[in-house]
Amino acid sequence: MAAPTVPATTTGVAPAALSLRGARVSFGERTLWDGLDLDVAPGEFVAVLGPNGSGKTTLMRVLLGLLPLSAGEVKVAGEPPRRGSPSIGYVPQQKALDPDLPLRGRDLVGLGLDGHKLGLGIRGRRARRAKVDAALAAVGGSGYAHAPVGRLSGGEQQRLRVAQALVGDPDVLLCDEPLLSLDLAHQRTVTELIDGRRRSANTAVLFVTHEINPVLPLVDRVLYLVNGRFRVGPPSEVMTSAVLSELYRTRVDVLRVRDRLVVVGADSHGEHCHGEEPVQ
Amino acid sequence: MNDVFGRLLTFDGIGELIGLPFVQNALIACAVLGLVAGALAPLIVSRGMAFAVHGTAELAFTGGAAALLIGVSVGLGAVAGAVVAGLVFGLLGLRQRERDSVIGVVLAFGLGLGVLMLALYSGRASNKFGLLTGSIVSVDSTNLWVLGIVALLVVGVLAVLYRPLLFASTDPDVALARGVPVRVLSLVFAVLIGLTTALAVPIVGAILVLSVMIAPGAAAARVTASPLLATVLAVVFAEVALLGGTVLSLAPGLPVSGYVATIAFLIYVGCRIVARARRRTA
Repeated sequence: MAAPTVPATTTGVAPAALSLRGARVSFGERTLWDGLDLDVAPGEFVAVLGPNGSGKTTLMRVLLGLLPLSAGEVKVAGEPPRRGSPSIGYVPQQKALDPDLPLRGRDLVGLGLDGHKLGLGIRGRRARRAKVDAALAAVGGSGYAHAPVGRLSGGEQQRLRVAQALVGDPDVLLCDEPLLSLDLAHQRTVTELIDGRRRSANTAVLFVTHEINPVLPLVDRVLYLVNGRFRVGPPSEVMTSAVLSELYRTRVDVLRVRDRLVVVGADSHGEHCHGEEPVQ
Repeated sequence: MNDVFGRLLTFDGIGELIGLPFVQNALIACAVLGLVAGALAPLIVSRGMAFAVHGTAELAFTGGAAALLIGVSVGLGAVAGAVVAGLVFGLLGLRQRERDSVIGVVLAFGLGLGVLMLALYSGRASNKFGLLTGSIVSVDSTNLWVLGIVALLVVGVLAVLYRPLLFASTDPDVALARGVPVRVLSLVFAVLIGLTTALAVPIVGAILVLSVMIAPGAAAARVTASPLLATVLAVVFAEVALLGGTVLSLAPGLPVSGYVATIAFLIYVGCRIVARARRRTA
């Protein structure tokens, strides 16, 4: 775990870690979403839910500075998003890697720090090593830091992914289905790592997922996107039969079974088999 | 049997042979090529581009054959062919599966064209043979200049773009999310491969380019996962294969490529054995 640092108490109005004002994305005639207002406070955990094609990945691309908004305003840590911004950490979904890929765990983490920079990076190597070591230790990955990444288990790889995203000390952590294809134990480890970080360093988390249950206890608010319609609010307000029925324009039932939510009637929700397009 | 073996491994008069100017040129060329090919090899392996290198080499051969036919420098023709091939492969197929079939189609066409052009060429036959299997006498001082400049260019670009290239080659999704221009880099890398391949074609021949562009990187990847160490090892392996192969081929007067390929292969096998032994003891 990361060293517990007490978040600086902000006097007055704390700037949002992430903010969208009247945001619209459209491709030609088709508008993905319009009029989206969202402020994510430092340390807040927001889950982004919705069926395939509802623009969850597009939202990620906007925040990563890979896609401009068609209208409205977006700010990350008070600034317009730009490619390779150190304010953002990105955790992708787990993917099988070639076992012979010549890359060690610590190299993967290091790429998250300066992989986008030009030059060989010979200067400042000592500081770099210290940062990578700290990030590895924070996710409990020091033990396999020198192993080829392709030979690690999916859970170990995702721990390294979290370290890779956090090594640059970002203000916002964007997670794009990071639990997909992980078993329950590893899902819990990864969510605990992310939750620990936001509590210790006040990092805001935007967590795109098909399945809210693994993160339900951590979620402060939900952004639910369906075919251009959306709703933002705490899970208790958004994850209801009335709201989801309205969003989907069809009858949807939300049932609470013990501490899990079961959604009936909304296709591709609560299922693990639908892979979302990776960010590109 | 013993006669054949004796002919393959002989060192008669090797001292005098090494002193000859054309041999010295060849050794310098090999040293330069080994450095460039070794530096690129681990990235080629990471990107799964062995077949692309093969295809590029065949088109370097086509370019060389075309140059021979129209009477311009074979080296320049090879460079042109290889760079065009690199760009075509880079533009047409960025996804691996699609890339494979694109390369297969273009490679077959290029090879056919090359053979046709060689058949139309009425000059000395050794020139024809040289493009396919490489020839030590094909390296002269002009080639050496071209080689040096191109090598400097490739190493320079590599030094500036190394980190984004490594990121894009090993972890493309996150690299893209971090704003690395992955598509542009694949094109740049394809051109670097094209240039290096074109350098290798006159020395080891189109057919055996893989032995200096792939084998050293594949061997290094077997024994280390550290990108830096893999690059250093790949350069060492490429130098050993190229310089060793050249020296061994001198006294017998046989094609360099056979020796280079054999040494590169033995290094690869050796690295696999080391990796297996390590895993067993681990």
